[in-house]
Amino acid sequence: MSPIDEAHLHADPGIEAHHPQAHSASAGATPLQRDVARTIFQKGAPGRRAFTCPPLDVPRVDVSELLPERFRRREPPRLPEVSEPEIVRHYVGISKRNFDLDSGFYPLGSCTMKHNPRLHERAAALPGHARLHPLQDPERAQGALELMWRLQGALSELSGLAHVSLQPSAGSHGELAGVLLTRAYHEDRGEARHKVLTPDTAHGTNPATVTMAGFEVVKLATNADGGIDIEDLRAKADTDVACLMLTNPNTLGLFDPNIAEIAEIVHGVGATLYYDGANLNAVMGLSRPGDMGFDIVHFNLHKSFTQPHGGGGPGSGPIAVSDRVAPYLPVPVVVRRTDTDIPPSGAHPEGHILKGAGRQAGEDETYDLDYDRPKSIGRLRGFHGNYGCFVRSYAYICSLGGDGLKDASEAAVLNANYLLARLRRHGVAEYLPLAYGELCMHEFVLSGGPMKRDLQIKTLDLAKRLLDFGFHPPTVYFPLLVEEALMVEPTETETKETLDAFADAIAAILEEAAQDPEIARGAPYSTPVRRLDEVAAAKTPVIRQALG
Amino acid sequence: LSRYTAITPEDLDAMLAAIGVGSLREIFERQIPESVRLGRELDLPDGLPEQDVFEHLRALAARNTSAEDELSFLGAGMYDHYVPALIDMLMERSEFLTPYTPYQPEISQGGLQVMFEYQTAISELTALPVSNASVYEGPSAVAAAAYLAKLHNGGRVIVASAGLHPHTLQTLRTNAHGFGMEVVEVPLRDGVTDPDAWAHAIAAGGGETSAAIFAQPNFYGAVEDAAALSEAAKAAAGESAGAGGAGSGAGRAGGPVVIAQVDPITLGILSPPGECGVDVAVGEGQALGNRLDFGGPSFGVFAAREEYLRRMPGRIAGETVDVDGRRGFVLTLQTREQHIRREKATSNICTSQALNALAGVVYLSWLGRRGIVELGELLLARSHYARERLTAIAGVEKLHEQPVIREFALRLDADVAAVRRRCAEHGVNPGVDLHALTGREEDRGGLLVAITERRTRADIDRLAEVLGAAVAAAPSLEVEAQAERGAAVTA
Repeated sequence: MSPIDEAHLHADPGIEAHHPQAHSASAGATPLQRDVARTIFQKGAPGRRAFTCPPLDVPRVDVSELLPERFRRREPPRLPEVSEPEIVRHYVGISKRNFDLDSGFYPLGSCTMKHNPRLHERAAALPGHARLHPLQDPERAQGALELMWRLQGALSELSGLAHVSLQPSAGSHGELAGVLLTRAYHEDRGEARHKVLTPDTAHGTNPATVTMAGFEVVKLATNADGGIDIEDLRAKADTDVACLMLTNPNTLGLFDPNIAEIAEIVHGVGATLYYDGANLNAVMGLSRPGDMGFDIVHFNLHKSFTQPHGGGGPGSGPIAVSDRVAPYLPVPVVVRRTDTDIPPSGAHPEGHILKGAGRQAGEDETYDLDYDRPKSIGRLRGFHGNYGCFVRSYAYICSLGGDGLKDASEAAVLNANYLLARLRRHGVAEYLPLAYGELCMHEFVLSGGPMKRDLQIKTLDLAKRLLDFGFHPPTVYFPLLVEEALMVEPTETETKETLDAFADAIAAILEEAAQDPEIARGAPYSTPVRRLDEVAAAKTPVIRQALG
Repeated sequence: LSRYTAITPEDLDAMLAAIGVGSLREIFERQIPESVRLGRELDLPDGLPEQDVFEHLRALAARNTSAEDELSFLGAGMYDHYVPALIDMLMERSEFLTPYTPYQPEISQGGLQVMFEYQTAISELTALPVSNASVYEGPSAVAAAAYLAKLHNGGRVIVASAGLHPHTLQTLRTNAHGFGMEVVEVPLRDGVTDPDAWAHAIAAGGGETSAAIFAQPNFYGAVEDAAALSEAAKAAAGESAGAGGAGSGAGRAGGPVVIAQVDPITLGILSPPGECGVDVAVGEGQALGNRLDFGGPSFGVFAAREEYLRRMPGRIAGETVDVDGRRGFVLTLQTREQHIRREKATSNICTSQALNALAGVVYLSWLGRRGIVELGELLLARSHYARERLTAIAGVEKLHEQPVIREFALRLDADVAAVRRRCAEHGVNPGVDLHALTGREEDRGGLLVAITERRTRADIDRLAEVLGAAVAAAPSLEVEAQAERGAAVTA
């Protein structure tokens, strides 16, 4: 602990009183984690190594004979020179400077930080999955293709849309796929539409994707209840509109009650309706995008389906689409062929799905990759998508089953509403009111506006002070239309005790701020580093280690 | 109660009372209109105990023939390199596996420092000063680079070498359509990008040529003359501008953005893109410490010259200090990104590939400064040995004479599918059927063979033995063509 911290702590007994170590067990930094950061490039010594190269077992030929001098690298890249124990110490050491979901509550709104079962890591690491080459012949990758086909089936059933592509690499990539599909759909009908509607509550990826796919973004207003402003939609929906991109429940955690009418308006002008699946965790088994009228859905396997986030990836963003968009799906599509029944490629007609997970495929069933799709938009990436994520998410679906998935969504919504209720008590609600609505779905958005005015602490300060209590803060300052927004998504895998403790921490921080707002403004105190100068970082970017 | 939730009946009662509703159902009925409620159970099987799920996943895995089950020479973008055990251990650590993107830097210093180290390693490898913290994977990284070129100079034409991976070319075309750009493909000559056609295509685009893209080594394993291609790209653009062509865009005065799709594991011995006049280097990172995983997840490399920094896609970690002056790391230059700039963002990318990039930087540290050269030289020597050994077989010849590093293309005087089937019966996968992957007529009979440090001399000798027998046993292409003609006549 630096002298500055100690001086601050001792000068202000309020911090000790309100910040018992027990509250910061997870985030509380040990002296080791307070060491000055040194990168792997600043460690080691010339000549040290962790790699033993296999011996040369073929005749030695002068390198310059095999690779002309002008193609050769003159100086080796200045990679680290470290022993294996040094590498392990280094990375285990810096890992301890991370907060993680296995250590504590992570109610990051719109991110669905639910428990990541370790079963999935074990299953994905089986050599039959992990060492399977993507260009292995389909007849010798039947297990993988069957797994993908079954996952497609489950996603089809969950979305109420018959056709699935697992290819997109992440949610944002699924969005790009969806907008390119929309473009192909309209072009095939000889229509050149150039606008895409997005509500002002949308995730930033929506408008960014629209621009990348060559469309113009048209923003839709939000009504007093937090849903789409129907009059604004009517005014802007015309035959120049290619698509409306929507999240439902939206980023306020609210299910739009006018969804049927919205779909009717959008379809009425011939546009497609796109579902951003980031919030699917609210409605699995309860309501399906396909039944709401959506044409295209993306799933975030790293949200609703427990692919671990990995500190910022990998993700996986499969899409499901309606019949009219199906011809344009990316290639290849995973299909099942049977002796008796050759289904339309990629389609999973209802009642035909995933029967008998746990049994082996019959001898008459084979799985294949279908490239023969003349209207396809083409490829979005190499190979077949993030298969390792498919294994994990498929394992999750097998573990829970249809009932369990519904139970997960019910529990997620219950937990969110319970936490919201706990935060509505005296001493909290007047400073952090719910931005819209009364109940919520799987997440809710509070406004820190009154807190900022009355207690002189901003949402950012509250978030940073939460770090000292051992919690990851909620998403902050999103959605943009809520002043000082705080977006809370507890997920279904948290216990009531955890939710209670989190609500108590928020109440304690507000109470503390009423006494002395400087405490929260100076927070955090117990983390490996304290508030960082982000402005300086952006002004003169230093984005790599200077090497001697 | 499933095993991942924890709400007991007592909890439920207390929670409903706190919320002020009579039942769970009421929460949904008050929010979701009846017309869009799913009025039935999901048509999915019942949940299973953990051990049954594992058995099911194990049984599926058992129906795949992995690189563990056969002697595999498959490559073409993903490779069976050895992944050191310490990478498995680090990737499974909760602290790396389970956090989200580091939005709260004070408690994410581990992940942010890994990104910073990763960027440093990629900059060193490519000899380009700026790297982001990774993108999805190889082919989409090339598409992202083309979009960067569009933002940089506003041009409409992408000139792309036919030596790019077919998946890259397809991905580029899919994306270019959305970007409002078109792809002009430059053919190969003698296994490498035809320099005349390359210069001609770039000049023909005039001021509209936005990007010029090639692969190093290319899809057929050949080492390209990267410096000459870069120089020719700039010169061709200059000529076209000088000739008073369509070169009106001021941003294009410097010529197109030269983009190289690189294979990072070869950069210990191969001249790095930054020293070959390349502006942006992208590529598939799988070979660096990531497993095959049937094609993903892996990561995409994205590095560039300084002038492109503020238009880069993806996350970038930067160094700074905290209020006490302590060194720390943050996500920086976020005003490029979708969550701030929305429709004006330089990319829609949000989640990158942090965990896979972690494996990448740990792998590079494990190889180290000398190891990456030694490994490169081993691959070079073994590939040379394998190429000579295999082309000594009757009916097997080189598809091109260019230098190769870890992968090379052959032409068999035999039906490749038949040869591969026969090899498979002997537990050998001799490589990728080129024609099946590219669909190019000139690739008929083509076989792409990849060598990693896991393929020993004995393995290569075994391949030669099995492939030789298979080629000898299969009908030659000429005989097949005659048979086809005969069949056509009969029909």
